[in-house]
Amino acid sequence: MTREILIDPVTRIEGHAKITIYLDDSGEVNDAHFHVTELRGFEKFCEGRTLWEMPALTARICGICPVSHILASAKTGDAILAVRIPKAAELLRRLMNAAQFVQSHALSFFYLSAPDMLLGWDSDPAQRNVIGLIGANPDLARKGIRLRSFGQQIIERLGGKKIHPAWAVPGGVNRALSKEDADFIKANLPEALDTIRITLDLFKSSFADQETRGMLSDFPSLFMGLVSSDGTWEHYDGNIRIVDSQGNIVVDQFDPAHYPEIVQEASEGWSYLKFPHYAPLGYPEGMYRVGPLGRVNVCDRFGTPLADAELEEFRAGSQERSGRVFDYHYTRLMEILASLERMERLINDERILSPRIRAEAGINELEGVGIHEAPRGTLFHHYKVDANGVIQWVNLIVSTGQNNLAMNRSIKEIAQKHIHSGKFDEGILNRIEGGIRAFDPCLSCSVHAVGQMPLLVELRTPDGETVDRLIRD
Amino acid sequence: MTKVRVATVWFSGCAGCHMSFLDLDELLIDLAERIEIVKSPVVDTKEFPENVDVTLIEGAIANEEHYELVREIRERSKIVIAMGDCAVTGNVPSMRNGISVNELLEGVYGNERTTTGTIPNEVVPTLLARVRPVHEVIHVDYFLHGCPPPAAVIGKALLALLDGKTPELVGRDLKFG
Repeated sequence: MTREILIDPVTRIEGHAKITIYLDDSGEVNDAHFHVTELRGFEKFCEGRTLWEMPALTARICGICPVSHILASAKTGDAILAVRIPKAAELLRRLMNAAQFVQSHALSFFYLSAPDMLLGWDSDPAQRNVIGLIGANPDLARKGIRLRSFGQQIIERLGGKKIHPAWAVPGGVNRALSKEDADFIKANLPEALDTIRITLDLFKSSFADQETRGMLSDFPSLFMGLVSSDGTWEHYDGNIRIVDSQGNIVVDQFDPAHYPEIVQEASEGWSYLKFPHYAPLGYPEGMYRVGPLGRVNVCDRFGTPLADAELEEFRAGSQERSGRVFDYHYTRLMEILASLERMERLINDERILSPRIRAEAGINELEGVGIHEAPRGTLFHHYKVDANGVIQWVNLIVSTGQNNLAMNRSIKEIAQKHIHSGKFDEGILNRIEGGIRAFDPCLSCSVHAVGQMPLLVELRTPDGETVDRLIRD
Repeated sequence: MTKVRVATVWFSGCAGCHMSFLDLDELLIDLAERIEIVKSPVVDTKEFPENVDVTLIEGAIANEEHYELVREIRERSKIVIAMGDCAVTGNVPSMRNGISVNELLEGVYGNERTTTGTIPNEVVPTLLARVRPVHEVIHVDYFLHGCPPPAAVIGKALLALLDGKTPELVGRDLKFG
């Protein structure tokens, strides 16, 4: 008799995700599915809108990383206008993206994942959240809140709003940086750098041992991210590089505008989230990973001293690339550090204060691709327009979707490791959850599970009869 | 002092209103003294609890699960606040209302879009034919405009309610977008 374990977050009211684990006759795990349960349909309803509306419209895909969609959309617009944007505009876009990396990664670490690590995977679920963290370690919690806030304040100062700033536009940005705002950033950078260094030290002293890093899942895959022309970590421009788990470069300096040659999408009946894959290997063999671990695994260096020292320690002289899902947390913290160092460099570049920030042009191409690195991975926008700039067709490949195959692999592996003879308990559920949470899936880009997913697990027979039930609240 | 029981829920939206709530930053630490967050994406509660004093709803009603759950939330909450433009007007999620659900699914998952062409229809909730603002389904007591409402407006409304007063939202507090 085959059986299924349905892990339903009962967060259906937030429209989140569910997990089904399929058991064989002897209660061993056969397979696992991660179901994303919401669809809004941007690719369809953006048809008929104008190119100029697209940054503001697509920002609403995600309130956690709106800047990603605004920048990818503006870059698609640059391609359709056929312009090279002014240097100050490029520097400002880079600055806002760095600020977004800081706020988004800080949210993931301090608000969502730190409770598991600092309060314990098997600690009381009622306390295992950010409020519990405030109670247990108020100093660190306050530092984390202030670090996220620093990123958000930079976004607000540049774009007028913390969330959904109407700022980057096809051709550049619509507001220059004031001296006062530049001074604010310079004045507050040291505190932010201090916070991330303290946090990295805490993380490495407590969680960077081999056993902890291997505790979730660990499997080989391809990794993808943008790199600059000399292989340096890149978050705004650059070309695509793909490496395998041995560190071999599979694809290098690939022009993102030709992405359909290497990235295709599949769909399944059991999830609204599509399954992007590396096209030459097909589906599902072409699994690849993006995001902090992907970017860190593809780059040769960060290009800033503190982050490069961390990278050297992380790689520990090995050519092989980490396949450990737990290392998403580690690399995320490294990227906060790298983003702050980049920010420091950008704000001290005098060209960033130039008032020449926008190239004006009309519709000069009927198709364009815009790509950059969002906190959760490589983001693709691709539009076709008519001569008036009215959108005819849209394709969006969101960051989290590209980890869909890997997230499914991750929960299957953790379930196989812990569930035997059909038996499971609350601690196992939290680890299965952890195997998803490490990816920091921004399911807002379809649906986003923020924080602790409350779980209801039911062991059912194929005809739907419940034979066992476990609730964690 | 008994803490005020607050819930935040999230239907069809981008999480931006919840991010704006988190933008209260260090005020959250002070608020934690006066309120108990009994249900929210950021805390761990199994299902929507009974006897909630204030529920903030982000997002529009877009699928069958939202439609059932929002009515349960109304029964269990003394005050319901529609937080942000998607909850208040339907906003961006309702832009699909001129398109049939079949055309939408085909346009996103069909053979021209994916290598498999499979339309999701198992386990995932069925989409409603029309996305609706929250007040079309249940009674709403207060509306917070904005995409998202600024943290200051969310804080102002919450602090007024905590003091037993009616939130006075005027001028720029009422701005959409």
